[in-house]
Amino acid sequence: MNIAVCIKQVPATESKIKPAEDGLDIDRTGLSYVVNPYDEFGVEEALKIKEQVGEGKVTVISIGSDKTVEALRTCLAVGADEAIHIKDDALAKGDTYITALVLSVALKKGDYDIIFFGRQAIDDDSGAVGIQVAELMGLPHVAGINKFDLNAEGRTAIANRQIEGASEIVETSLPAIFTCQKELNEPRYASLPGIMKARQKPMTVWSLSDLELTAEDCGAEAAKVAIEKITSPPVREAGKKIEGDVPQAVAELVRLLREEAKVF
Amino acid sequence: MDFEGVDFLNLDDAMTLEERMVRGEVRRWVDKEVLPIIAQHFEAGTFPMDLLPKMADINLLGANIDVFYGGAGLNSVAYGLINQEMERGDSGLRSFVSVQSALVMWPISEYGSDAQKAYWLPRMVSGETIGCFGLTEPDFGSNPKGMLSHAHWNGTDYILNGTKMWITNGTISDVALIWAKEDEGIISAFLVEQGNPGFMQNKIKDKFSLRASDTGELVLADVRVPVTHVLAKAKGLKAALHCLDQARYGIAWGAIGAAMACYDTALNYAKQRIQFDRPIAGYQLIQEKLVYMVTEISKMQLLALQMGRLKDQGKLTSVQISMGKQNNVYHALQIARLARDILGANGIMYEHQVARHLCNLESVYTYEGTHDIHTLIIGEKITGLSAFT
Ligand SMILES: Cc1cc2nc3c(=O)[nH]c(=O)nc-3n(C[C@H](O)[C@H](O)[C@H](O)COP(=O)(O)OP(=O)(O)OC[C@H]3O[C@@H](n4cnc5c(N)ncnc54)[C@H](O)[C@@H]3O)c2cc1C
Repeated sequence: MNIAVCIKQVPATESKIKPAEDGLDIDRTGLSYVVNPYDEFGVEEALKIKEQVGEGKVTVISIGSDKTVEALRTCLAVGADEAIHIKDDALAKGDTYITALVLSVALKKGDYDIIFFGRQAIDDDSGAVGIQVAELMGLPHVAGINKFDLNAEGRTAIANRQIEGASEIVETSLPAIFTCQKELNEPRYASLPGIMKARQKPMTVWSLSDLELTAEDCGAEAAKVAIEKITSPPVREAGKKIEGDVPQAVAELVRLLREEAKVF
Repeated sequence: MDFEGVDFLNLDDAMTLEERMVRGEVRRWVDKEVLPIIAQHFEAGTFPMDLLPKMADINLLGANIDVFYGGAGLNSVAYGLINQEMERGDSGLRSFVSVQSALVMWPISEYGSDAQKAYWLPRMVSGETIGCFGLTEPDFGSNPKGMLSHAHWNGTDYILNGTKMWITNGTISDVALIWAKEDEGIISAFLVEQGNPGFMQNKIKDKFSLRASDTGELVLADVRVPVTHVLAKAKGLKAALHCLDQARYGIAWGAIGAAMACYDTALNYAKQRIQFDRPIAGYQLIQEKLVYMVTEISKMQLLALQMGRLKDQGKLTSVQISMGKQNNVYHALQIARLARDILGANGIMYEHQVARHLCNLESVYTYEGTHDIHTLIIGEKITGLSAFT
């Protein structure tokens, strides 16, 4: 069983994000980075499948700068077998489409039965890459899964996804792409010896030319989305507190909703 | 919110990725496994036994021990960072790890035979066996040389008699490393197992400090110890002191963790607490306290990191470790007191952890060589004059 997990390095959840001076990116000074939490569910699920089947290989793949090595090494420390790091200066201004294009070419070079993505990356929250890769590779996909089961022969998989008020159960042939949602599993900790051993695991570095892609294929011009401006949301005004007896307070609330908030 | 650590001087840049990853994993582990339960254990005066298999899972025990015996084989900085993060949780928990790793596993790996290492170390890495270190006696604390515990050789076995006091993990340990004087007066190390006839492990109750750590009194009345249980290479008080060096090194890092927890709590509290219509963090007297805290934490980090680098080069001396233990615990204690003050009445509540750290650090200040004893060690080194007697 060959499993690939595409991961992204993102600013840590607790980071305070503000726009950069040029308004086209976020200010990255002093940020600490982590593996996108949704991608961690993918890594964990891949490791569980490998343990369950008793054989196989888990490959983690990421596009990013030199710093991305840390995210990949973290996944190797948790138990992934090898890593592929795609880095190229031309990729700095890409959008989800470019990311998906590059990943789909890279994934085609491997022979993967299952490909996991996070449901979304917690930095830009696009939730697009996994699905776009499925489209570009012509593979079936199930998005936002919270349960995964391999059938006995390992030729199909059954995945659950939460939909409005119900759970949808999808069976698909393999190879297929799955994007992972919370509740899928509980990602394990890296063992301390695992961290020390991660450095010895293989890490392949590919540039665009290794993927037979060009800077024109993947630069700002090829992107489908152009960022015009990144701004902070307006600061919310303080709420109003209505004091007093409940019957009077309710009457006052209704009056305010009608006259000030104009909701009805 | 996840704990982010304190790094005013960009010292992260002076650490390797592996070192930062080890810290990150233990930090996450402490947030999830320790912080939600530790106040209850402190209040109840119990050691959180449930954490033991979880610690073993990520290989927290014996992280400094050779991978051959199941340890994680970490370098000294990574090992130090584990201590830091554990003590950010609770000094009692860090004490457990220090004793298990530095005061029992380390001596076995340093002074034990291959058979002893192969028998004990894997069991201790997995948490199946808990160890304790018995040096201090009721009448001999700072001056262990005078110990009364005695090991008489009867021709086939050693017969141990004596009392050990204030022993961390004392009643929960399966094996005690006991220091006792042989007939000729040489201090030696013996492994005494729980249940050994004549060996009693009594709990010391009613502590206000290190309440989530087990502290015991060990009584040995004609306890028979076979030669298989003697650490043959541990001869003389200096062997015991060498073990303490390992643990004191970890304490110097641990103190940073407790200090960070207090600083972090005080800073967040001061920014939110409004008095006289402004956050108290805006008042000069509060800022002065917070600035003292972050400055001292940064200096503690520098000291610890340099000690770690020296240790890995085999150059770290005992007296340098004394400086690290003494300085870092002293300032951690001051920081805990100031944090307690900044939190006002809330500072005395379990909910806010600073009082727990403050109480704990009072023990840390005393054990593994009191603050003043380390002063005398450094004083002797720089003046050439001993002020002990
Ligand atoms: C919670 C806890 C856990 C512990 N765990 C362990 C353990 O696992 N194993 C173990 O062996 N021990 C352990 N200890 C014991 C600890 O190491 C001793 O308490 C410590 O060494 C001090 O000894 P003492 O308490 O007898 O104090 P004393 O030695 O009596 O010292 C009392 C005071 O006198 C001062 N003093 C002593 N001599 C001099 C001098 N020459 N000049 C100036 N001042 C001096 C000291 O600094 C101190 O202020 C633990 C203690 C505590 C509190």
